[in-house]
Amino acid sequence: MYKYDTYDQAMVDARVEEFRDQVKRRLEGHITEDQFKPLRLMNGLYLQLHAYMLRVAVPYGTLSSAQMRMLGYIADKYDRGYGHFTTRQNIQYNWIKLEDAPDILADLASVEMHAIQTSGNCIRNTTSDQYAGAAADEVIDPRPYAELIRQWSTFHPEFSFLPRKFKMAVIASDTDRAAMRLHDIGIQLVKNDAGEVGAAFYVGGGMGRTPMVAPCINPFVPIDQMITYSEACLRVYNRYGRRDNKYKARIKILVHELGKDEYTRQVEAEFAHLLTQGIEPPLAELHRIQAQFADPAFEAGASDDLDRSDPDFALWVDTNCVVHKQPGYIAVTISLKPVGGIPGDASADQIRLMADLARDHSFDELRVTHAQNIVLPHVKKADLYGLWQQLDAAGLGTANLDRIGDIIACPGLDYCSLANARSIPVAQKISERLSDRSEAIGELKLKISGCINACGHHHAGHIGILGVDRKGVENYQLLLGGCEGADTSLGQITGPGFDEDGIVDAVEKATEVYLSTRQDGERFLDTYRRIGMAPFKEALYG
Amino acid sequence: MKILTGNDLKTGAVTWWDGVQWSLHVEDAVDVGDHADTILARESAARRVNAAYAVDATKEPEGVRPAHIKERIRALGPTVRMDLTLKPADPEAGTWVI
Repeated sequence: MYKYDTYDQAMVDARVEEFRDQVKRRLEGHITEDQFKPLRLMNGLYLQLHAYMLRVAVPYGTLSSAQMRMLGYIADKYDRGYGHFTTRQNIQYNWIKLEDAPDILADLASVEMHAIQTSGNCIRNTTSDQYAGAAADEVIDPRPYAELIRQWSTFHPEFSFLPRKFKMAVIASDTDRAAMRLHDIGIQLVKNDAGEVGAAFYVGGGMGRTPMVAPCINPFVPIDQMITYSEACLRVYNRYGRRDNKYKARIKILVHELGKDEYTRQVEAEFAHLLTQGIEPPLAELHRIQAQFADPAFEAGASDDLDRSDPDFALWVDTNCVVHKQPGYIAVTISLKPVGGIPGDASADQIRLMADLARDHSFDELRVTHAQNIVLPHVKKADLYGLWQQLDAAGLGTANLDRIGDIIACPGLDYCSLANARSIPVAQKISERLSDRSEAIGELKLKISGCINACGHHHAGHIGILGVDRKGVENYQLLLGGCEGADTSLGQITGPGFDEDGIVDAVEKATEVYLSTRQDGERFLDTYRRIGMAPFKEALYG
Repeated sequence: MKILTGNDLKTGAVTWWDGVQWSLHVEDAVDVGDHADTILARESAARRVNAAYAVDATKEPEGVRPAHIKERIRALGPTVRMDLTLKPADPEAGTWVI
């Protein structure tokens, strides 16, 4: 894992003291809320439905056990004993006091964490593949490149006041586990025929009120020009992005309105200019970062044998664990979606347990996934049964990764001031209604957003649900056919919306259509793509 | 009726204007009639409330009820964590929101 150098630490520490002074001035009345609001947002502090909410950055979703333990400590000391892991691999606390915020940031800084880049019209926290460094199918570990982007983008003076927020993701596998093409810039690290590493740039994706799948504008940028090319993409956006209309200000609108070819032409022209300026970080810096992401000390010859005599354990292994690049090891997803639970929430005790398990069984590492789960990336198979028993005893052993109970849900109207409808109760009801059919249904990614901003990624759900406000009453639209992977597609609305109970019935009917019409080996998404919308509409509205 | 709501500057807690000060309990809220802007300007300037605004509400037998579900959730707390609401001992409290 990356360790702060003296510059990183000095920057974060200085930021804490700067914010401490800003809070003091606000509480003493020297600055107004209008003056203070952009300052607190630059430190991840929102004013939400019930209280201040602090969003803490987890760069590319990677945490040490000490960092995870600190998240549990903060949940207990400053919040109400829990935290909410988000769809951008961060964590949010819902009950923060303004007067405590500087101390929280100081505690975070003590373990090399912060809340920078979690709000505002800047380049936000960069996300990545939760199995980075463990996945058997990656061409290279993407985290050093994500870290390089973090260092380049943090406090970048030219990109601190963009037309709108800007999200980047970096992956290094053909299997996209980070919704890469639904980002403002998605980078896929690839190798060419000569074995050289490069970056394929996908620009102009996103969800929200105008969902777009990012087109590839350059399939191979040499890796020692990745930052320069990113800067060119941002410069064109910063120059021409729509600052006059918040709803048309994201880069996806610019790319769409200019057209991919014209946007690319302008980026290439800017790129050619920037190459003369020498802005790319020296390769020595990349190598310094890469050295900190070296493989842990895997045990050579570790056994691949697993005792599968416990059927519950065997189901969990088959569902929640994925193959590791190192023989004898496995990557484990800890589901934060117990049946009927609140997606993404974890108690302070659960957070501490996961930290301890990472320390003891995963070389001190954890990952937060964009699907609001936690990964222990490097678990020796010989340790797996004991680890699962501890997880299961703590309510963390649910076997439902990518199943119907593994629902992505934004905080919705229960917590969020932007939301139009509640998301969490819908997720809970669907989970309770259908989890006993989880294995029969198989892979089905269900995603719920409480408003058009799409924090719950409803456009990318095999089944998506969008909560809307119809004359002061919650209403839910159903979408089918979305996907975030290599074959990214956007869900289509089935028709008129439903009330809270009606949407649960509608999801059940959609699964029944699938179960009655699927062919061998088909997932829900495959069946939908084969038979189309009509049979589902007939079942829902006929 | 029009009632006023905001957040406590230090704690962020949701508060309601009771005619004299800011209360945690929506039952205490009073109709401010046409005086919303005057009260909001005075109270915000004195930092007794933050990000305050007026909302529609009705006076019902059991007390003041904001017109919109968002304000009712603000008044009670998250419907999915009744233990964190202002009425943790009342399992039926959530029905007031819906």
